[in-house]
Amino acid sequence: MHQQVKFYQTGTFTVGNRLLSPELRTVQASTARSNSLNSGHRACQGCGEALGARYAIDAAMRATSRRLIAANATGCLEVFSTPYPESSWQLPWIHSLFGNAAAVGTGIAAALHVRALKAGRPHSDVRVIAQGGDGGTTDIGFGCLSGMFERNDDVLYICYDNEAYMNTGVQRSSATPPAARTATTTAVGTSPGAEFGKGKNVPMIAMAHEIPYVSTATVADLHDLEAKVERAMAIRGARYLHVLVPCPLGWGSASHDTIRLARLARETGIFPVFEAERGEVTRVAKIRRRVPVDEYLRPQKRFAHLFGPNGRADLLQRIQEGADRNIRRFGLLDEGSAA
Amino acid sequence: MLQQAEGSHAVAEAVALCRPDVVCAYPISPQTHIVEGLGELVKSGRLAPCEFINVESEFAAMSVAIGASAAGARAYTATASQGLLFMAEAVYNASGLGLPIVMTVANRAIGAPINIWNDHSDAMSQRDSGWLQLYAETNQEAVDLHIQAFKLAEELSMPVMVCMDGFILTHAVERVDVPEQADVDAFLPPYVPRQVLDPDEPVSIGAMVGPEAFMEVRYLAHAKQLSALEHIPRIAAEFAARFGRSSGGLVRAYRCDDAETIVVALGSVIGTLKETVDGLRAEGVRVGVLGIQSYRPFPLAAVRAALQGARRVVVLEKSFCVGLGGVVSTDVRVALSGLQLHGTTVVAGLGGRAITRASLERMLRDAVADRLEPLTFLDLDRRIVERQLAREAQTRRSGPIAENLLRDVGTVAAKVA
Amino acid sequence: MLQIRIHGRGGQGVVTAAELLSIAAFEQGRHAQAFPSFGSERTGAPVVAFCRIDDREIRLREPIVAPDVLIVQDPTLLHQVNVFQGLQPDGYVLINSRRGFDELGVAEIAQRFRRERLLTVPATEIALRHLGRPLPNAVLLGGFAALTGIVTLDAVAHAIRDKFSGKVADGNVAAATDAFDTVRHALEEVADAPAS
Repeated sequence: MHQQVKFYQTGTFTVGNRLLSPELRTVQASTARSNSLNSGHRACQGCGEALGARYAIDAAMRATSRRLIAANATGCLEVFSTPYPESSWQLPWIHSLFGNAAAVGTGIAAALHVRALKAGRPHSDVRVIAQGGDGGTTDIGFGCLSGMFERNDDVLYICYDNEAYMNTGVQRSSATPPAARTATTTAVGTSPGAEFGKGKNVPMIAMAHEIPYVSTATVADLHDLEAKVERAMAIRGARYLHVLVPCPLGWGSASHDTIRLARLARETGIFPVFEAERGEVTRVAKIRRRVPVDEYLRPQKRFAHLFGPNGRADLLQRIQEGADRNIRRFGLLDEGSAA
Repeated sequence: MLQQAEGSHAVAEAVALCRPDVVCAYPISPQTHIVEGLGELVKSGRLAPCEFINVESEFAAMSVAIGASAAGARAYTATASQGLLFMAEAVYNASGLGLPIVMTVANRAIGAPINIWNDHSDAMSQRDSGWLQLYAETNQEAVDLHIQAFKLAEELSMPVMVCMDGFILTHAVERVDVPEQADVDAFLPPYVPRQVLDPDEPVSIGAMVGPEAFMEVRYLAHAKQLSALEHIPRIAAEFAARFGRSSGGLVRAYRCDDAETIVVALGSVIGTLKETVDGLRAEGVRVGVLGIQSYRPFPLAAVRAALQGARRVVVLEKSFCVGLGGVVSTDVRVALSGLQLHGTTVVAGLGGRAITRASLERMLRDAVADRLEPLTFLDLDRRIVERQLAREAQTRRSGPIAENLLRDVGTVAAKVA
Repeated sequence: MLQIRIHGRGGQGVVTAAELLSIAAFEQGRHAQAFPSFGSERTGAPVVAFCRIDDREIRLREPIVAPDVLIVQDPTLLHQVNVFQGLQPDGYVLINSRRGFDELGVAEIAQRFRRERLLTVPATEIALRHLGRPLPNAVLLGGFAALTGIVTLDAVAHAIRDKFSGKVADGNVAAATDAFDTVRHALEEVADAPAS
């Protein structure tokens, strides 16, 4: 259940939101939340992934009454959350390799299932989340992800997408958007930054597997993200959640802009927020007040080369066209709303 | 129960008797029949409850096994050759995490050139991975070793590789005694994990370990493998007591007591060597065979004890270190360090080249007469090697080596002798 | 120890034949080892399979180079592959064919061995009769039993029923029995014929 809130969030202090009835408040609003990614981890100030992971796992812990196991790919999240000899995780958690989080999740789910059968139950009450960054999901983990999808293994895979290999120094991944500067797609030459015409849309690939549930979300809309996690945990089978998580370091943005940028990604149409079941889009988060892509791109130094005296209006135009296409494709605007 | 069965099939039955919770494997020759056998046992309900997962790659196979084992399940997979390499990262991960996974390696050569036949290069490539490696001489031993492997792995919290020669053992139909379920249950109790992902007692597994503790963590893996030197014979003895036959252990000496020349080998070739040795013994030649069952941990003391009375040691191996010589030879040399004896390496059977009794006899006669080179490639066709070298000396664009050699050899399926 | 080598083409059940033979030997309480030649196996390509039979554990693991028995499932191999290579002087040969050794053009080779141990049997025809399919492998084993006495027809039948079921098993057993009788009859004729 999701009550439309008719005003904008102004910061995390409103997460508590006393204007909502208690049962509609977020998981984060509750002092009884599991705080699965406990404080003390080593993430950067303003890290979107740390935020997204805490939001998602706490929501999943509530949805499963804390009967949850997580498998984590190598990456920022894994590294900053388990600095030897400490761990931030408040749930059973395993890190194996970079490319196998989905397969490890499959294995855990299988083990739980057999244990349940041995105890005379058809299913385990313990659920499984496999999670990783975009690199571990869209590139090196792609094979295992697809395998988990096609077998319909009972795993929710969450991808925290900050659009590059951040932990190793901001290298390009197949989730890096066109024109973005990374260490391996530098802002030089005739097509500065990441090239157009490359890249992978994993949510749509997930949909092509016709798995029970696919959705995208951002850290800008906590209610939405939590609701999606809850909806996902109510389903058995392969599920995929793709969360846009801005990275101040990699994006060259201010650490206080993380949530704002996530919102702008949605409001420009650059990042469509939607849900799909068995390959068909079922619900779409409409753009409330559409903005041109410039507003989203300007605060990020990774797009700085598109602006200024040597700016590339042509590339900005192409990015805008990409956003327009998303809006068209997913029906992100209501009829007659501000274009 | 005594049966006439294909090696793979017998192994599938043996693994099923161990009541694995999760079986996840990707097909690769010559392991396919094992996995197919297990798949059928699960599908028909004869092995239950068990999750049989058709994974999308060997990397996924080992990864699924890692997840399952970490969540408290008895996990099994099987592979060979290219598959083992493809999962190499996960192989190291499994042993680094201390997960008692059991895996069959149906030993097969590694390409290029692509080759589906037997040699030991695959398992040898993972000899430093921290996995225990046990080698079966016969299909009976392959059956028995799998049962011992689960017990060993779970006692130590270390993964175990059971190696059996691809095709030679996997596809041979021979007499095997497949144990009864009740006996296996009595020998192999349910898995009790040392560490497990459990919501009631959450732990983080697989955290990064920096310079301050990494050496210690790795030392513990080393110490554990060394302790296996005691576990392995003990488990083999327990097995013998319950099942009535000797299988596994560290090494097995055949007619070595008064041998002047001892051949050291792993796997199925030991059988042919025994026949060869018997023939030579009948002529009064004092030769013996030392079979190594446990390759990792390498039983330095047992090997030394078995070989120290001999004048000559020949290590016959289906593996080699490109540019250097033997692989097993190096380990044997460590065992013999300080002793005065004459050691030679014979690399044989690469890529499934048949190792014949006749060749072994010739080789042993040469050994006994001290005519063997330090490194010999058994039955090497020098002509075609020389032709290729001449070809390369003449022209830059000499073409792919494999194709050139095959043309020289002619289209031949198996080279017999 | 006895060593049997079976030649045929991919798709003719050569590997199965070796396996069945090993099961038959097992049924009689003997040790047996059966394995294929591990060559490239595609339908139609020459295939070799081996079987060793002994009363003690078989430790040898090498292809059979000096067979005591040759079974040739496909006579078109006779002039393509040297099937007789290594055959022991006292060896047995059983070839799947309607024709005799002379007609097959291998009479000269046959002279190097013992006449009464070399036979042809129309296994494909027998198979067609009882099975409706030209699969001579199990059939030839019936002939093998009669020719060599190394395994009994009963053991061969047991092996067939072990591996196959229903009509396929029945058909193969009937065909093998037919081949057994045919070979026995042929042997009697050879025994009765004057020495040549």
